[in-house]
Amino acid sequence: MIESNYGELLDNLIVAFKETFLMCGTSIGLSILLGVPLGLFIFITSKGLFWKNLVLNFIGGFLVNIIRSTPFVILLVLLIPFTQFVVGSTIGPVAASVPLAIVAIAFYARLVENSLCDVDKGVLEAAIAIGASNFRIVKDVLLPEALSGLYRGLTVTAVSLIGYSAMAGIVGGGGVGDLAIRYGYYRYQTDVMVITVVLLIILVQGIQSLGDFVAKKADKK
Amino acid sequence: MIKFQNVYVSFPAKGKNIEAVKNVSFDIKEGEIFGIVGTSGAGKSTLLRTINLLQRPTQGGIFIKGKEITNAKGEELRKLRLEIGMIFQQFNLIHTKTVFDNVAFALKAAGKSKEEIQKRVPEVLELVGLSDKTFVYPSKLSGGQKQRVGIARAISNNPQILLCDEPTSALDLETTNSILDLLKEVNEKLGITTIIISHEMNVIKKICDRVAVMSDGEVLELDNVFNVFTTPKHEFTKSLVNHTINLDLPSRLLHDKDKRILKIVYSGDRAEESVISDTVKTFDVHLNILHGKIEYITNKPFGVLIVQLDGTAANVIKAENYLKERTFKVEVINDRI
Repeated sequence: MIESNYGELLDNLIVAFKETFLMCGTSIGLSILLGVPLGLFIFITSKGLFWKNLVLNFIGGFLVNIIRSTPFVILLVLLIPFTQFVVGSTIGPVAASVPLAIVAIAFYARLVENSLCDVDKGVLEAAIAIGASNFRIVKDVLLPEALSGLYRGLTVTAVSLIGYSAMAGIVGGGGVGDLAIRYGYYRYQTDVMVITVVLLIILVQGIQSLGDFVAKKADKK
Repeated sequence: MIKFQNVYVSFPAKGKNIEAVKNVSFDIKEGEIFGIVGTSGAGKSTLLRTINLLQRPTQGGIFIKGKEITNAKGEELRKLRLEIGMIFQQFNLIHTKTVFDNVAFALKAAGKSKEEIQKRVPEVLELVGLSDKTFVYPSKLSGGQKQRVGIARAISNNPQILLCDEPTSALDLETTNSILDLLKEVNEKLGITTIIISHEMNVIKKICDRVAVMSDGEVLELDNVFNVFTTPKHEFTKSLVNHTINLDLPSRLLHDKDKRILKIVYSGDRAEESVISDTVKTFDVHLNILHGKIEYITNKPFGVLIVQLDGTAANVIKAENYLKERTFKVEVINDRI
């Protein structure tokens, strides 16, 4: 085992955490921005309640499934031309954010759809019977009633993304997971591996607790 | 006010077509409380939901104030629904909104301004007796209070029609009565034509003016509540009514004694006359009351008495004939004298 230099390790860790936050933060942000509308789109095109359109529903669902069923490592490589097109580079944490964001959007869209399905049908029906417009029902009933589930889904997405981001090293994305692999695995520095893993566990626990707290607050049932 | 004309509703289910409503035609009058009663699966809820087109009829027409609404769509349908309030068995309140915001939602849907909403919400909450729960979330309310919010929400836009889908089936007896009282009050104060669905005759008896009895998608009979209770025509109705006016005698009383047993049914004004004491006085018979009940249906008394007659054969027969003359109906349960 190579003697570790903890001063250097700390510097490396700080850089790695910054990279992880950059990659995961970007993709989480994009998954809220695009995953919620996509999940909503899949939900409202599936039901007779709103704008039922089975063709659009199938296309949306199929797109999400393709992304979710492709192993992330492969998606990372497949998306290189797209990444080049979007950010003008294929290496580094910004470039790695592109495939991560795409996975996050698809992943979260499905969870959003599931939470929307869990909304009490009777409540939606009451809103329809009242004579509210579809837009108002989505804004004032559907999304607020699903909010707790949306937070839980976001937490699951964030935790999964931290896992996925470890693979970003393949395209030079860096991050905590990558640090663990490079030092702990390739350089046999088990202590570095243990430290990073412990830090990741703390990070994930923190995110989960925060997510649970916020979801519980939003749940008025 | 509301007219059903040869309404059919069918659903495709498991490859078969299930006819939930079959050829229903009748009118509901303006301002009345109309009941639809039947067992579960009778199609009453489906029929109710055709009025605001939550359920579209497969065939036939629905008319409101003489105007056919059966094919209303889009904005027209939305406007129509603003004029029809609805309350539900499971209340269906928005869990993530306070009582105030639940009512405000309906007003917003009708395009009311902030000022109008601020003014109207306390008014309706006052009417349903929930002023002290204005900023509470529904999960903190009891079932009866939830239904009050449902009623407040349904009447906030001053609808002409109020649809009640099993409004008390999730409530206990006492709460049921208070909710029915409130519905009656709302009906009288605001003149809202109210349609109530229930599987309980007691609910119908308490507040309805007229009732339609449904079974297997068809309306078996339709009349004012008093007539349906006192002279049910259909077997199904008879059994429904018997469940509410339940007068079972122990068989010991029915068979052991060598005495004539009569079931006397009296109704309307005649129930208040002193028929029993007159009979005893006039014919020198002993009259022993075994069982009895007087119901007040739409404020008219309706009573059932089971009595034992004892005396000389001639007097007993005379007394019986006299009773037949003076009361609504006399049935002989035990014909020995």
